[in-house]
Amino acid sequence: MRKFLLTLTLALMPGLLLAAPSGGNYMSANVDPHDKQSLQRGAKLFANYCMACHEASLMRYQRIGQDLGLSDDLVEQFLIFTPDTQIHDVMTNAMTEEDAEQWFGAPAPDLTLYARRHGPDRLYTFLNGFYRDDNQRWGVNNTVVTGVSMPHVLQSLQGMPEPVYEESNGDRVLVGTDVPEEAAGSVSQAEYRAMMRDLTNFLDYVAEPVKAERERLGYRVLIFLFIFLVVAYLLKREYWKDVH
Amino acid sequence: MSETKSGGLMGWIDDRFPATKMWNEHVGQYYAPKNFNFWYYFGSLALLVLVIQILSGIWLTMNYKPSGAEAFESVEYIMRDVQWGWLIRYIHTTGASAFFVVVYLHMFRALLYGSYQKPRELLWIFGCLIYVALMAEAFMGYMLPWGQMSYWGAQVIINLFGAIPVIGPDLAQWVRGDFVISEITLNRFFALHVVGVPLAIIFLVVAHILALHEVGSNNPDGIDIKKNKDENGHPKDGITFHPYYSVKDLVGVAVFLIFFSIVLFFMPDFFGLFIEPPNFEPANPQVTPDHIAPVWYFAPYYAILRAIPDSFGGVVAMGAAIAILFVLPWLDRGKVRSIRYRGLSFKIALMIFAAGFVLLGYLGTQPATELNTLWSRVGTVIYFGYFIFLFVYTAFGMEKTKPVPERVTMK
Repeated sequence: MRKFLLTLTLALMPGLLLAAPSGGNYMSANVDPHDKQSLQRGAKLFANYCMACHEASLMRYQRIGQDLGLSDDLVEQFLIFTPDTQIHDVMTNAMTEEDAEQWFGAPAPDLTLYARRHGPDRLYTFLNGFYRDDNQRWGVNNTVVTGVSMPHVLQSLQGMPEPVYEESNGDRVLVGTDVPEEAAGSVSQAEYRAMMRDLTNFLDYVAEPVKAERERLGYRVLIFLFIFLVVAYLLKREYWKDVH
Repeated sequence: MSETKSGGLMGWIDDRFPATKMWNEHVGQYYAPKNFNFWYYFGSLALLVLVIQILSGIWLTMNYKPSGAEAFESVEYIMRDVQWGWLIRYIHTTGASAFFVVVYLHMFRALLYGSYQKPRELLWIFGCLIYVALMAEAFMGYMLPWGQMSYWGAQVIINLFGAIPVIGPDLAQWVRGDFVISEITLNRFFALHVVGVPLAIIFLVVAHILALHEVGSNNPDGIDIKKNKDENGHPKDGITFHPYYSVKDLVGVAVFLIFFSIVLFFMPDFFGLFIEPPNFEPANPQVTPDHIAPVWYFAPYYAILRAIPDSFGGVVAMGAAIAILFVLPWLDRGKVRSIRYRGLSFKIALMIFAAGFVLLGYLGTQPATELNTLWSRVGTVIYFGYFIFLFVYTAFGMEKTKPVPERVTMK
């Protein structure tokens, strides 16, 4: 048994070695695909604030309704704003890439797989990372994406944060953002973070709609396999009792 | 299970096709040593993963579209709109990595117990050919999702052909079928991935098993069980594959499937190793990713490639790293097979080799910093050093072996 465990550890070594997380210091979004309330709120935020420019061109409205427990009527009422869009259509908008290039200097990326490409934590930090920068085209910069070409579309909610700098070895280092009272938005900072967590959670769901389902199914499969293992082991022991 | 002809349907078939004969030869009356340990599960598991990959692959092919414009979206279509498509795809992606996990452990077993030594040289060579075919299969399969890493990984690997003097650039273009990686490359890789290479692998696996059953299985003691036979001509230390190893392997299958399912259902990306994050972005010939990392199972060879300053030299070293495996049976002149009875230096050398291989695997996925390159060189020296050491150590009689027992031991 000791030997077995040793070899098992050895076998899993490469995985453990390589499992070290990569990337910068991001806030933890703590996404939870099973939290349907959060996902519903996130879906509403996405439809209201993001979809004017961003698409989720591989995600169908109807699938969202099915997965998050919303009827087709509710989906049409709260999530579909573009005319002539059917419940089974994908989440696209009318803005072309050329228009985006002209208006913002860069196309608005499709957000279907964004959370899987860059990780939900980076997305969450980005959404919380806007700050005032008058040298920028839209008057804002971002702690995650320096020189971001996206305006702070959530300013009405969050307000306009000011950058916070700290002296470090004689250099001025950006350490965070803070919203001054006079520039406050319609919600508190804690509420804003909670909303961004919902939005991130939703985009993480959009990147892999089956996540909750696969985990649910996974437990059942494992229960079966453990029973199967016991039966297989007993069968082996029965056959092998005469082998010495 | 006797040699006498049976009646009924089986008798009718046996008169026309050697069904019972083949069953007995390869399963029912195939005598395997009774002392197989943990390391002997991975052969049957490799066969299981092969079947898993073929079946899940067939179902993926039903919905995948090998075209530059549609490949990426068709994979997401499988993940979202095809009933159980996500499960089939995750089975296939997890299976690809599981195949290499199982095969690497299977190969390491051969190194531990000298399973490549006479008379199993050809068995080992068939195994090496399977390994090479498997790498080709995995490489071409990785291109099919047509994401950024699919595209740029293939770009880097195919460009290696370009480093060969004189014929290189033309050869690379011949492989691609185009001046850059394009839909033409995607189409031919698809054809080879779903038909060509799998056929070769199946043929080689059959040859591998036939060769195994011709010479008989090695065992953790590395002794020949055919030397000690009972009055019926069966090896005293042998037990029939069925039912003894069929039920024992069933336990291995259960444990394997538990690990497989944990990855499949709870971490299908496996920390970005089994499915790399940049592959969630469609292939874009205009934008090179910051850091192109091969999938983990190619990483050791990629590290060897980058350890050599000269690009052609790197290609040669990488090719040599795989080619040297083929001649291992003739490099190792040891008198005993199993690590249990071999010299202390052999044991130490093999452990260093294994550690070096893991180190190279880690480095192959990391950016090529100066320090990493230095470590890659250390790893490369360890990798080739093992084979050179093994030859010198055994060919000049430096190895002090322990006495090998007459009969197998049950540990």
